[in-house]
Amino acid sequence: MSKVTLKINGETHELDVPQDMPLLWALRDKLDLVGTKYSCGIGVCGTCTVLVNGTPMRSCVMPAVTMASMDITTIEGLDPAGNHPVQKAWNEVDVPQCGYCQGGQILTASALLERNSNPTDEDIDAAMSGVLCRCGTYHRIRKAIKLAAKNTAGTGGAA
Amino acid sequence: MSIRADSKVMDRRAFLKVSMLASGALLVGIGHTGNLSAAEIAAGTWKANLYVRINVDGTVTIVSKNPEAGQGVKTAFPMVVAECLNVDWKNVSVEQAPLDDRYGRQVVGGSRGTPDGWDDLRIAGTAACQMLTAAAAREWGVPVAECPAKDGAVLHTASGESRRFETLLEIAAGLPVPAVSELRLKSRPADFELLGTYVPGVDNPGIVTGQGLFGCDTRIEGMLYAVFEKCATFGGRVRKANVEQVRNLPGVTHAFVVDGTDNLTELLPGVAIVARTWWEAQSARKQLKVEWETGHSDSTAAYDAQAQALSKQHGDILRADGNVEKAFDSAKQVVEASYYYPFVSHTNMEPQNCTALYHESGKLELWAPSQNPKGGRALISRTLGIPEDRIHVNLTRIGGGFGRRLRHDFMVEAAWIAKVTGRPVQLQWTREDDMRHDFYRPAAWHHFKAGIDEGGRMTAFDHHFITFGVNGETVSGAGLSPDHYPAGLVPNFRLRQSIIETHVPTGPWRSPGHSAYCWAYQGFFDEVAHAAGRDQLEFRMNLLSKSYGKPPLDLERTSGALKIAADKAGWGQRRLEANHGLGLAFHYDHGGFVSHVAEVVADGSNIRVLKVWSGIDVGPVINLSGASNQVEGAVVDALSTAQMEITFANGAAVQSNFSDQPLLRINQAPEIECHFIQSDNSPSGLGEPPIAAATPAICNAVFAATGTRIRQLPFSRSGISV
Repeated sequence: MSKVTLKINGETHELDVPQDMPLLWALRDKLDLVGTKYSCGIGVCGTCTVLVNGTPMRSCVMPAVTMASMDITTIEGLDPAGNHPVQKAWNEVDVPQCGYCQGGQILTASALLERNSNPTDEDIDAAMSGVLCRCGTYHRIRKAIKLAAKNTAGTGGAA
Repeated sequence: MSIRADSKVMDRRAFLKVSMLASGALLVGIGHTGNLSAAEIAAGTWKANLYVRINVDGTVTIVSKNPEAGQGVKTAFPMVVAECLNVDWKNVSVEQAPLDDRYGRQVVGGSRGTPDGWDDLRIAGTAACQMLTAAAAREWGVPVAECPAKDGAVLHTASGESRRFETLLEIAAGLPVPAVSELRLKSRPADFELLGTYVPGVDNPGIVTGQGLFGCDTRIEGMLYAVFEKCATFGGRVRKANVEQVRNLPGVTHAFVVDGTDNLTELLPGVAIVARTWWEAQSARKQLKVEWETGHSDSTAAYDAQAQALSKQHGDILRADGNVEKAFDSAKQVVEASYYYPFVSHTNMEPQNCTALYHESGKLELWAPSQNPKGGRALISRTLGIPEDRIHVNLTRIGGGFGRRLRHDFMVEAAWIAKVTGRPVQLQWTREDDMRHDFYRPAAWHHFKAGIDEGGRMTAFDHHFITFGVNGETVSGAGLSPDHYPAGLVPNFRLRQSIIETHVPTGPWRSPGHSAYCWAYQGFFDEVAHAAGRDQLEFRMNLLSKSYGKPPLDLERTSGALKIAADKAGWGQRRLEANHGLGLAFHYDHGGFVSHVAEVVADGSNIRVLKVWSGIDVGPVINLSGASNQVEGAVVDALSTAQMEITFANGAAVQSNFSDQPLLRINQAPEIECHFIQSDNSPSGLGEPPIAAATPAICNAVFAATGTRIRQLPFSRSGISV
């Protein structure tokens, strides 16, 4: 077991974890932060995406002990009230079907809008193609990202 | 021929019960003769299978018996109540019921949630509204007819009086309960204000903020985490395992062998490892060494060889109309082609899991993302010897169903492990467990031969269907109804069937059967129309213009859905760019009529589906957003699944994760445009009907764009990539 201090959603947590435990399981089983979901375990589906210093990363393959001093944002921390423009657009466009992958989709989309406030379809496809959705909500993900971009235009960024 | 079905309400013999709760809320319950005994009805002791509660703060709560798996039932149901009760739908919320026998069918499956709930929800909402209106009329001493209800209040237009519903609850509770036959139920799209509008899902706020809604999010004080290792070869038994060694690994609390049974749908043999965290259980699993005893070695290669041999045999005749051989002899043209689709997995984003707690009292409690919790409870009762009334099942949100969670293997495994450990345990399968221990949609081979007459009409259709079975009976998901079209649309028709014996677990997969064989039929129709030199739309409309004997589907509604999809796509009305192609297909299943037209652009053998236009007739649309979501998702599912294939070697599945079984990605997904025919028919569900025709519409468009006919799935077997 190894000690690690993680900064998650602005809060500091001291944890005792196995050396190789991925951040995903530290979040879910040690901290009961269950918004981050398991799906493939090998970093190919994007369901478990979290933001690490603002960049979307796969929490299922990153050992928690390597994440000390990083700024980690999970879906619970994006805006707990659900008022982030991406969250609002997701609700308004009614993107979710089963909803299981949507935390990863939303965090990835929010990172895209941070660096590109007016993405084209191609930009969206390039940024979002790493996050799989079995229900097939892709068509609405494109719409919701454009709506979030529109609603944040002139306000100086997506968040 | 279209049939209106309002009278169903009467036929079902519904009963109402209205009571006042201690909280002051008004409770309206509905029961049916089908679920209740005559004695219960006579004595008035019957228990309702749906409740609507109007609370003292004016909010309305309905108890929903159906689990939510993304099909949108949790939003659609309160919308129906709000429409009939005349309250703001945002004041109507859903309480998820646990498994409870008085609720009758509690299944996500068969696209039956909407049709099953439609009458009860309308009756409850309308009855409550009529009673509240009558209460206000009595208070004011005016005729009921002068008192419309709107936005949670009763109005008297002439006097300008109004009363909120919550001020009328006690008075209403003292009034006679109207007979169901006296209720004026809204049933047509023209009657609706809320229904048919675009309403976001009620769980969206929880989903977008990462709340723990799903089965795997269940957290219980003192809970342990489990993995369960099964033999890769289906049904293999444990000869020996190093469980003593595994038990000493970090974090591990229990490791033991489960003998299980040899029934693939029940508790399979394996080794359970339980630990303080899931990661520790899974890490310990890597040190697990099991010697398995296996009994068979099914393989895709052997299936292919058997199918090849069977294709030369005649097969069993399942249906024969007219005389196909004679019709072929007199046909102007004969077209032959063979189609093949592989086994595919369900691949729910949330891998199978279940949480269980065995209480010292002998009571078992479960939290299960199950599409059929009642079936799970029965299996657990049988396997563990716990009476059903000692098993309580909580229903969680489901991270994708598609038919996979109609099976209960993950539930009985969790229950067994919880009973052995005596601790709350969450069993979480890995993706690899999930993909290698699925109940797959079965593969099949279709050998078609059609005769075309002078007028270009299909006069004969011979079909040799090679499918899978056990002891000569088709396995789950592998059957084909002899009454399925084109039976009944062609004067000379023959369906022959041959069966390959299998040891692979199979099961229902979104629109079972239809989602697979519709592609073969509609691809072959394209070939026949092409050979006859006829337009694809005109050929199909003509095929749907006449039946021989009982029609296999509603010809008018099927044609209507096809026509609107074709019109919106500009079929025959616009010039396509080079390398573009349009394809279309129709289908009917689970009460829904859905046709699609796809536009594809090709760059050599690489194609992209640009857009799909969908024509849909499922009667009145309840939630336009939810309904469109099902159609859009089904189109993506169809294209995604057409790239997938599960193969077998040594009796085990070869593929195990998204790395070798990739789902479609956003950059490959088309735009989708939904066009609903808002007919007056009773509504049918939409989880299943939109998928079947999507695959062939896309493949027919690929042919139009490239000249390559996709007769084998996945696309890669036909030399096409997306």
